[in-house]
Amino acid sequence: MALSNVLEIPTSGFNFENVARNVALEGLLEGGHTKTPKPMKTGTTIAGLVCKEGVVLGADTRATSGEVVADKMCAKIHYISPNIYCCGAGTAADTEKTTDLLSSNLTIFSMDSGRNPRVVMAVNILQDMLFRYRGQIGASLILGGVDCNGNHLYTVGPYGSIDNVPYLAMGSGDLAALGILEDRFKPNMEMEEAKELVRDAIHSGIMSDLGSGNNIDICVITKQGVDYIRPYQESEYKDKRQKRYKYGPGTTSILTEKIIPLELEVVQETVQRMDTA
Amino acid sequence: MNTRGLRSQLKDSVPVTGMGPQVGAYGVQDTLRSGFSSVKNELLPSHALELSEKNFQLNQDKMNFSTLRNIQGLHAPLKLQMEYRAARQIQRLPFLQSSHLALDTLKGNDESISFEDILNDPAQSEMMGEPHIMVEYKLGMM
Repeated sequence: MALSNVLEIPTSGFNFENVARNVALEGLLEGGHTKTPKPMKTGTTIAGLVCKEGVVLGADTRATSGEVVADKMCAKIHYISPNIYCCGAGTAADTEKTTDLLSSNLTIFSMDSGRNPRVVMAVNILQDMLFRYRGQIGASLILGGVDCNGNHLYTVGPYGSIDNVPYLAMGSGDLAALGILEDRFKPNMEMEEAKELVRDAIHSGIMSDLGSGNNIDICVITKQGVDYIRPYQESEYKDKRQKRYKYGPGTTSILTEKIIPLELEVVQETVQRMDTA
Repeated sequence: MNTRGLRSQLKDSVPVTGMGPQVGAYGVQDTLRSGFSSVKNELLPSHALELSEKNFQLNQDKMNFSTLRNIQGLHAPLKLQMEYRAARQIQRLPFLQSSHLALDTLKGNDESISFEDILNDPAQSEMMGEPHIMVEYKLGMM
């Protein structure tokens, strides 16, 4: 029973108090020809494939906010654990936070058990989390990693669907990238050939999709370790800055200067020995 | 005073609030923050996730207990629930923040991080209830 003078502390987690207000504001703003700010999405091309020695993941580096390029050097390949990396497409903040949470959970697990986590664990945790929020968290992820059971590549959709496949592309440029992958993929490829194939797939995504662009990042995960090459290939269409926009010293003239010295004197001094046994 | 008798009168703290933002922190309409009340907003959830999130922990527990009962028999969930009930009683006074350490360890929440630990942490809450009123409410004197 709720009384008017007894405080009920809100439960932790998501707070839906402002939803009705936001809906009302949306209606008002549309009428006034102003739009609510759009979240930054990573309209993206990400791809991954399993090769003989490990897993190769690739991503472009453009983040868009509506029709504007918000970030030209966005890092879409996120660290999950020393043997698992994850590419994220969808809303940028959602992919960041979800992979961060996942990484924290797996770190706690590895500290508890003393082992590197397996890729299936990461996938199951993600699936539970994304399904619980019914797709409101807009994160489509490609997880790749090497563990004691071999090399794995999984995709996790925003509603919690998972798939375990040898090669994969996601994001707005996925159809273009998938075309290249379907054409040239062979099981058990050599490392250099696999890197070239992923690069070509991302490149075709960049060329054919407006939401993808700029540089290409590649991440190679093997039993020996991880090689995160950022950028693997820089875009040829980089603009050159004409001038430096930093102000040299002396640009702003000093009108007056006033110096007040603070006189501090030692009032009391105590020494406490620390037992560093 | 017989403290054991007092304990048995402690209310289970499961506050019942109305759906939606109309019911503010003190159980009445918070007109300044959420506007005028309407019956529709009281009854229907405003967000797709509101209902499912409200009862998520309860539903998870129910599901897990029923699975446990099917696998190991009735004694398993009974024992666990007895432990939960015992741990839930080791709290500080109602207006103070309890760490819920025993409860968290039992439930396994100390080994995982989710949005409950990051967002809207009750330990960071900016409001505190009036101590006497809160204790009286908890003891059922109000």
